[in-house]
Amino acid sequence: MAQQAERSKQSKILGAGTQAPDFELPSAPDKKLRLSSLRGHAVILVFYPADWSPVCGDQTALYNEILSDFREYGAELVGISVDGPWCHVAFANSRNLHYPLLSDFEPKGEVARKYGAYREGDGTSERALFVLDGDGVIRWSYLSPIDVNPGADGILQALESIAHRPAGTSTSTSAEARSGS
Amino acid sequence: MSPLVIPVSERDHIAGSFDAPVVLVEYGDFECPYCRRAHPIVKAAQRALGKELAFVFRHFPLAEIHRHATQAAEAAEAAGAQGKFWPMHDTLYEHQDALEVEDLLNYAGTLELDVTRFARELAHGEYLRKVRDDFRSGVRSGVNGTPTFFINGQRYDGEWTDGAVFIAALEQAAKLAHTESARG
Repeated sequence: MAQQAERSKQSKILGAGTQAPDFELPSAPDKKLRLSSLRGHAVILVFYPADWSPVCGDQTALYNEILSDFREYGAELVGISVDGPWCHVAFANSRNLHYPLLSDFEPKGEVARKYGAYREGDGTSERALFVLDGDGVIRWSYLSPIDVNPGADGILQALESIAHRPAGTSTSTSAEARSGS
Repeated sequence: MSPLVIPVSERDHIAGSFDAPVVLVEYGDFECPYCRRAHPIVKAAQRALGKELAFVFRHFPLAEIHRHATQAAEAAEAAGAQGKFWPMHDTLYEHQDALEVEDLLNYAGTLELDVTRFARELAHGEYLRKVRDDFRSGVRSGVNGTPTFFINGQRYDGEWTDGAVFIAALEQAAKLAHTESARG
């Protein structure tokens, strides 16, 4: 029982083969981004706990450097945290970031919850990665220890496998997930 | 633990022998303050382990936050083309706050390089590709920041800011390598 309770406290993020829940979030104080508007492209969703925290800094800086490699796969990178849009603007400017940061701010953490990536009690999202194919199906996901920068090797491997098996030829599990949604 | 995807080879800068029982690879950025901090610790490890250790440096410039990092990496390569990679590597870390082009040219002069050739190669981005290849190889191996170390092909996530702990980890790897070679 105690073990079960312990397990239930941990986030259980959505796994490969699941249709990624759609959402619309502010990407700037006066702009919104809807996930489904990126259909046709692979999408990398990067949930991270907070702007300005040291590990995130490294992680966002790393992804910023590798952006051109991600784009060679036609992939779009999107960062998501519970910080407000004005906070994101200041953070993105300070780090010279070239990809959008979305604010899962109101209702707080709603999108993170949908992906199983919300930390109750802490009030932030997990440090979690999702790679979606052009049909919006999750093809790879990874929950990182909160204080560890997960790097980019897993993302690149996932993008490579999508490139070798283009959208529309998803595995049976993801096809089931699609018909079920 | 993440393995080193691209093995150490002739294309690398190596201080020591390819056959050394311990091969330490650092992915580093000449403008990164943590790498600057690691520099004397690596030096101390080289002194402590002597021929037991070979040290390889690969470039991982975080250019968006360190404006001079890529050019400094190219400068190290340009010096390397004239046989002076390590002296330039050391100079850059020892003068991390002065990495403008004129500084790099000064260092080339001090190291008695052919400065005309050095300047030309730097201006033409002769070694940019090599620097980028290093960066990509790092990403593939799970490098997530700088410095990232690999000891005998495995990422080292342990302590390095305490030199004694770092050296103990390297000595442990040497011991392990000797045991394995005695068995094999």
